[in-house]
Amino acid sequence: MSFVYNKLMGGKEGLTGFILLALLVLVVFPLCLDLFRLNLVGKYLTYAFPAISLVLLWGYGGILSLGQGIFFGLGGYGMAMFLKLEASSPENTAIQSTPGIPDFMDWNQLTELPWFWEPFGSFAFTIAAILIIPAAFAYIIGAAMFKRRVGGVYFAIITQVIAVILTILIVGQQGYTGGINGITDLRTLNGWDMTSDYAKYLFYLINCALLLGVIVLSRFILTSKFGSLLLAIRDKEDRVRFSGYDVSNFKIFVFCFAALISAIGGAMFTLQVGFMSPSFVGIVPSIEMVIFAAVGGRMSLIGVVYGTLLINFGKTAFSESFPELWLFLMGGLFISVVMFFPNGLAGLWQDYGHHITDRFKFITRLFKRKESLPLDDTAKSELAN
Amino acid sequence: MSKQSPFRCARTKLKTLIASTSVGLMLTANAVALPTAEVNKTGLAVTDDTVTVGILHSLTGTMAISETGAQEAEKLAIKQINDMGGILGRKIEIIQEDGASDWPTFAEKSRKLLVKDKVAAVFGCWTSASRKAALPVFEKENGLLYYPTFYEGLEQSKNVIYTGQEATQQIIDGLNWVAKEKGAKTFYLIGSDYIWPRTSMKIARKHIENVLGGKVVGEQYKPLGDTQFGSVINKIRLKKPDVIYAAVVGGSNVAWFKQLKAAGITAKKQTLLTISVTEDEVLGIGGENLEGFYSIMKYFQSQDNPNNKAFVAAFKEMWGEDSVIGDVTQAAYLGPWLWKAAVERAGSFDIDKVVAVSEVGDIELTTAPEGYVKLHPNHHLWSVARVGKWNKDGQAEVVYESELIEPDPFPAGYQ
Repeated sequence: MSFVYNKLMGGKEGLTGFILLALLVLVVFPLCLDLFRLNLVGKYLTYAFPAISLVLLWGYGGILSLGQGIFFGLGGYGMAMFLKLEASSPENTAIQSTPGIPDFMDWNQLTELPWFWEPFGSFAFTIAAILIIPAAFAYIIGAAMFKRRVGGVYFAIITQVIAVILTILIVGQQGYTGGINGITDLRTLNGWDMTSDYAKYLFYLINCALLLGVIVLSRFILTSKFGSLLLAIRDKEDRVRFSGYDVSNFKIFVFCFAALISAIGGAMFTLQVGFMSPSFVGIVPSIEMVIFAAVGGRMSLIGVVYGTLLINFGKTAFSESFPELWLFLMGGLFISVVMFFPNGLAGLWQDYGHHITDRFKFITRLFKRKESLPLDDTAKSELAN
Repeated sequence: MSKQSPFRCARTKLKTLIASTSVGLMLTANAVALPTAEVNKTGLAVTDDTVTVGILHSLTGTMAISETGAQEAEKLAIKQINDMGGILGRKIEIIQEDGASDWPTFAEKSRKLLVKDKVAAVFGCWTSASRKAALPVFEKENGLLYYPTFYEGLEQSKNVIYTGQEATQQIIDGLNWVAKEKGAKTFYLIGSDYIWPRTSMKIARKHIENVLGGKVVGEQYKPLGDTQFGSVINKIRLKKPDVIYAAVVGGSNVAWFKQLKAAGITAKKQTLLTISVTEDEVLGIGGENLEGFYSIMKYFQSQDNPNNKAFVAAFKEMWGEDSVIGDVTQAAYLGPWLWKAAVERAGSFDIDKVVAVSEVGDIELTTAPEGYVKLHPNHHLWSVARVGKWNKDGQAEVVYESELIEPDPFPAGYQ
């Protein structure tokens, strides 16, 4: 029991936050929002996966990655490839020069399915690929960087460069990837209509369950000895190294784990939104993910989820109400958060929460003092006189 | 611009309910029009005196420059229709959304317009990518989109009316013209790297090689937004093609034409035909960098006919004396008018009925600024291809006009 309480939930504070979040996404949202808004929230929550990965990586590990979009994109593309192959059955694509291959390949004069698309016909392979390929890619990047002790700003820049390269590759090789349009028009999953209302509810719930699961798993990692080491590496990397730990392996591990989480988010994104495009791979989405983490509080697994929701709700609401002005309002929101709440929403909650409890303590103390007044020494002596 | 209220839908439904129960009792001016229950059986945002439509273009981001003209033209058309008394006695109200140059946002906003606002039609999208992202939403929610851009074809959806040219309409007559007028035999193809230039070049190459008996001496694609054309220009110098055939888009255009001029490749020595430059782009490129080169479009602002004169005057009155009007702006202007014609023919706003009469293939606009257009059963427009020669002042002189060309989004032999 104490294992679950302390390690998986993170003590009293973590448990309260976790239960509140679970109630919000599993009960409050489905009951209060119509399906259109709920589907939007589902989309926002997929961005919470890379935001959580940044808590581990950046908040605790001190490794700022400006390329989480890479892994989000790889996960999303993996799922999209599977769905696109299913949507491109010879019957559906009879109008093409080469029926049975995705439409964008046909437009680009491809006459047969490229070899690396073949295995994505299998759902089991696709799931495995979504989990393994981004993590393996992260391992290669991580091993190349951390073993050579590349860190800090240089690491951030390199991740950003990789994000750009991947975008250019996807856009340039449009016969194989769908180019700038991305992979669109995904309708069924194993013959089952993905666009029905029922499917939308189901995907939303699966997404929430995965998100909560990822939070628990991340909490477990952070409350373990590994979590303490991560903090130590962030604060004094050399001291950890001199103590005999192989710092680079720890960094590689957390980078791979962060990639894995982001990829799950990407795959859920494709399922809920119905397409994947290079605009989720590049620099802008990657930096947006860092903003979600910064606004939510980069040390808080729960806080970043609220940060992601707040920013995206703001984006949608502002752009619907003020289509010409909304970018300025978003800018104002970012600036005010960074200026007034440098620790994000989580920091705000902590400060505010402590204030409330302190005030309560003060009041109870006051009451106690009043009650004890008659028993005061001076009062006693006065009474005696 | 846009009116937003969470109660909007409920209010609309309530009004519809009241209207439907009190039909025949109304003695106002609106009573002349068809009752709402008649013209709206599918719960669209139609009341006794209004009908709501959506406008969905990028107001922010890289595409904002291009898409501004389109949304201005749509608003002008809607204003003119309202001044004439609206559609079926109902004034058109607009809900505007920002696609933000971001394809998933187009999908999100389309869904919002269709599901939350229940708009009767949407005028919007510009790039192929934004249309591809929004298309499944329109098909799922059974909406109606009027799409204004000239595009690659290879698409025909029940829920989209394409008011720009598809690729064959734009390309083939222009190539015939340049082969005949300039005796062109060798062509160098250059475009930005995405679906529209690639498909257009595919069609162009087939036509050059199989029909004109010419030769393609080079075909090259540059990433979107690229500004380095030095190596391409060197290759062009080496190959000395009769015609440079270009589909470079957006900001790259500025670098492309300036670097051509700097390399001494001007209209005096070289024929250049582009399918991606309208008056809007010339504003950025500068007329002096383009002087003497040719564009193939279906509309030029300088067209000399009464429809166009009235349109240009009205556009400038509404949006300022300095505004320019490109091909897509004009095509966007056609959207609301085509919708009006179809709705009035159908006597209903219901999407299925509007689509059904649109598919008959005899809805025509004799008042179109470009001249005359007719809607084909395949959801595209019959239109004329025109070749314009650019002047210093940023306007083009029309040097060639084709016959009315039938739209063929799935051209046989060009696939």
